[in-house]
Amino acid sequence: MKRQFLVAILAVLMTGCAKHEASGPVVKIGSVAPLTGPQSHLGKDNDNGVRLAAEEMNAEGLTIGGKNYTVEVESEDDQADPRTATIVAQKLVDEGVKGVIGHFNSGTSIPASKIYSDAGIPQISPSATATAYTHQGFKTAFRVVTNDSQQGDALAKFAIGNLHAKSIAIIDDRTAYGQGIADGFAKDVKALGADVVAREYTSDHATDFTAILTSIKGKNPDLVFYGGMDAQAGPMIKQLRNLGMKMIFLGADGSKSPEFIKLAGPSAEGAYASAPGMPLSKMPGGPDFVRRFGEKYGRIQLYSPYSYDATMTLVDAMKQAGSIDPAKYLPFLAKIRHEGVTGTISFDKNGDIMHGAVTLFQVKGGNWMAIP
Amino acid sequence: MKQRLKWAFFVLALVLLPFITDFALGKTWVRILDFALLYAMLALGLNIVVGFAGLLDLGYIAFFAVGAYLYALLASPHFGFHLPFWLLLPMGAFAAGIFGMLLGAPTLRLRGDYLAIVTLGFGEIIRIFLNNLDAPYNITGGPQGLDLIDPIKIGDFSLNHPLGHAVFNYYFLFLILAAAVAFVSIRLQHSRIGRAWVAIREDEIAAEAMGINTRNVKLLAFAMGASFGGLSGGLFAGFEGFVSPESFNLNESIMILCMVVLGGMGHVRGVIFGAILLSVLPEALRYVGPLEESLFGRVIVDAASLRMLLFGLALILVMLLRPAGLWPSGTRRRELAAHGETARHENTNVYDASR
Amino acid sequence: MEIFLQQLVNGVVLGSIYALVALGYTLVYGIMGLINFAHGDVVMLGAMVTLAVVHLLSGSGLPGPMVAAIGVLAAIPACMMTGFLIERIAYRPLRSAPRLAPLITAIGVSMLLQNLAMMVWGREYLSFPQLLPAATYPIGGASISFIQIIIIVSSSLMMAGLSYLVKKTRLGNAMRATSQNPEVSALLGVNVNSIISVTFIIGSALAAVAGMMVSAYYGIAHYDMGFILGLKAFTAAVLGGIGNIEGAMVGGLLLGVIESMGAGYLGTLTGGAMGSNYQDVFAFFVLIVVLIFRPSGLLGERIGERP
Repeated sequence: MKRQFLVAILAVLMTGCAKHEASGPVVKIGSVAPLTGPQSHLGKDNDNGVRLAAEEMNAEGLTIGGKNYTVEVESEDDQADPRTATIVAQKLVDEGVKGVIGHFNSGTSIPASKIYSDAGIPQISPSATATAYTHQGFKTAFRVVTNDSQQGDALAKFAIGNLHAKSIAIIDDRTAYGQGIADGFAKDVKALGADVVAREYTSDHATDFTAILTSIKGKNPDLVFYGGMDAQAGPMIKQLRNLGMKMIFLGADGSKSPEFIKLAGPSAEGAYASAPGMPLSKMPGGPDFVRRFGEKYGRIQLYSPYSYDATMTLVDAMKQAGSIDPAKYLPFLAKIRHEGVTGTISFDKNGDIMHGAVTLFQVKGGNWMAIP
Repeated sequence: MKQRLKWAFFVLALVLLPFITDFALGKTWVRILDFALLYAMLALGLNIVVGFAGLLDLGYIAFFAVGAYLYALLASPHFGFHLPFWLLLPMGAFAAGIFGMLLGAPTLRLRGDYLAIVTLGFGEIIRIFLNNLDAPYNITGGPQGLDLIDPIKIGDFSLNHPLGHAVFNYYFLFLILAAAVAFVSIRLQHSRIGRAWVAIREDEIAAEAMGINTRNVKLLAFAMGASFGGLSGGLFAGFEGFVSPESFNLNESIMILCMVVLGGMGHVRGVIFGAILLSVLPEALRYVGPLEESLFGRVIVDAASLRMLLFGLALILVMLLRPAGLWPSGTRRRELAAHGETARHENTNVYDASR
Repeated sequence: MEIFLQQLVNGVVLGSIYALVALGYTLVYGIMGLINFAHGDVVMLGAMVTLAVVHLLSGSGLPGPMVAAIGVLAAIPACMMTGFLIERIAYRPLRSAPRLAPLITAIGVSMLLQNLAMMVWGREYLSFPQLLPAATYPIGGASISFIQIIIIVSSSLMMAGLSYLVKKTRLGNAMRATSQNPEVSALLGVNVNSIISVTFIIGSALAAVAGMMVSAYYGIAHYDMGFILGLKAFTAAVLGGIGNIEGAMVGGLLLGVIESMGAGYLGTLTGGAMGSNYQDVFAFFVLIVVLIFRPSGLLGERIGERP
């Protein structure tokens, strides 16, 4: 039974490979994100960013070291599960990818990074923000978004400096992402002299927040900060307003999506959130990117500009090295300077993005508008 | 003689399996085999509770978590301890065993589905504590998990050593331990305790009347099952080098239960088969995308969603075609064949034959 | 005090939602002793179908409540059909199989429904438009919204209706007979198969209504919304005594209030050592304590040691 199974798979694999090899030299790039489960809408968005980059490079013609290459994207679903992530990472290594864009979550990026590091394959995460990811000492782990402490810092400065909040309530969703950013934010607002009057928690699959919001209502803070994703942030602000609470709502990059506005309805108006990098509308290629992405895949959810940039950065390093060999282009990637749609991408010694900018946005007239 | 020859071939096949797999399918599949062995140990542990003693446990992954976190805490830079694995694995098994008893004690009076929901709650409680014990003191690392966990080292030889590649090294370690766990399971099944478990599974009152101390025997089942889980948890932490609460959610408990039931509850070989099948199947289904491409020339239905859909379908079909599991024990097969008479007497509810 | 009252209102609303879903669980369990793990996904399907119809009618200019009513009227038969098929395909053939076999097929059905829904409705979270008036009413310093009242009232009505159906009607008699002893009921002229089908169909109709309520209240629908909801409802049903219709309501309300109070006061109660992050721990702790003292739930009948 099992043997037949394996033989069948083998046959499929061989026919699959035979077909691809017909089209000249190929550079395979892995793209990993959760494509099923609660975060799959964001995972698919990441994957689309990688695909758009590949399609554009293929249409334009890609030359590395005097040879013409076709980019082929190997998309895998890691289900946001750490164990599955390592299997998928191994699969991509086996398939001979030359670089990986992913994973989506911090909890999957960290265990997978060990496998990529062992295989010497560079990995750029477009969305993992946990500080630990780039601090394990792996030379192959990079990211193009600011980490939790960088973003928490920017959010805290904004909350105190621009929004003049004195008492603050903080909610997080107890995921690696939400807790990381909320802790970073809490530390920085305290250092800047504000009071954290309430610290509440929810989960990444909750829909009812009335209990924690009521409890916050009793403390009457100036500002409520939420560290978590859009699917919770949307209903949360709606319930907040329904409880008659008028305070400022501030989220991080996980909340800054069109999904948030859609789910919150009119309650979204006036909410603030941050996003790593420069606003797309201000970047030279930004509006054009939004249009091109829109034509192929519809609305940008969150991180597709970053996964697009990550892909372009990876290939840029290959071009500079004149080779698709990871060992040869890795040093070039480490010291790259790539002008992307989200800003200038270069990495510090850990693999974190250098001078990572953070932009703040506010919902105005049903759209996220960058705050100058 | 013939029997011995058969065994020799079997062992040889198991030894050669990873190399053949690597040659034919790549290291991914060796890694999948590693996980399959790990799940086989887990499923065998759950089989003691569910299969032998007939106690439905929906929170089994908690014991896996206890073993994994014990290893991670005492062999990582988090607290600066770096204890060796031969100390940590038994400690993990022991600690999980204690937790097993803690779970067992308040639930002794509960039956069937009430027990199921309490065990489910217990599993969630452990996960929530692991997820939240980063404040006020950082004990478990919270949602961020623990990284840079020491690999398993035998003497000076780290199993993560590139020599021979980590996935092979771990394969052999897991294989030896899985064989040991299977051996213990079989011995237990045919021991006095094993017969006592079956007795309480079939009829608790009769068992008690026959002089079986049902309380101790049930607690022992929980503790034994849990300790297998704790052991595999330690192995998981050493193999992955990273643990976080996400790995220990309810879905994992359900998946292990599926392995036990689908393979053939109470039958050691069946359970191992179930574990291997259910850990291999979702990975094999990753090839539906390429399969679609090669059959139709393009991807018609999104492969990622089709994958879990087919997995669900497979669960249904297997149970419909083989209600007692793919490889049930001989006794069970006979019982089921006789359901015409026996079952009718035992049935009270339409679906509830507490067999 | 205001805050306490508001937490109570929050808890009762949340509890009514759990009760809505728990009724379906408990009905099926009461008649057949089977945990229908796919029930949460039928609830999801109800929400999705309602939403699809609502989107179709969005330009028609009909008043909001009417659109919602048409939506749920479309969702009810869809869910009934699904419930019927689930029982027919995944449970009926396993009636004399070991009792964990239908549990596994239920899990399979749940995966199947979720992934089908993902294919049809996509991965994105869908927003449910505001169809019912958003008015809120003050009650002693706390506030309650129109839709919250609707949820509390409809879950009570559904419980009462179901209770009447099972205890007072001919169909209910047949259901209870089937649950007591299917063999003897069949001898007495009860068509056991069709009674079971009907039970599933009624349970699924309840699920459709619950799905509409939940997604209209939270303004959100997603293909995996059913899992957690189903789990909570199952917990509520067990707390109240699974198989008992009033128990589902009591268990649901109790669970809702426990969660709400837990999230609100756990911090004060433990001197800040535990906060709302432990609300589920608190809920499960209460459940375990209740089951230690009443092993078959609050209103559940004491199950004999032997059938």
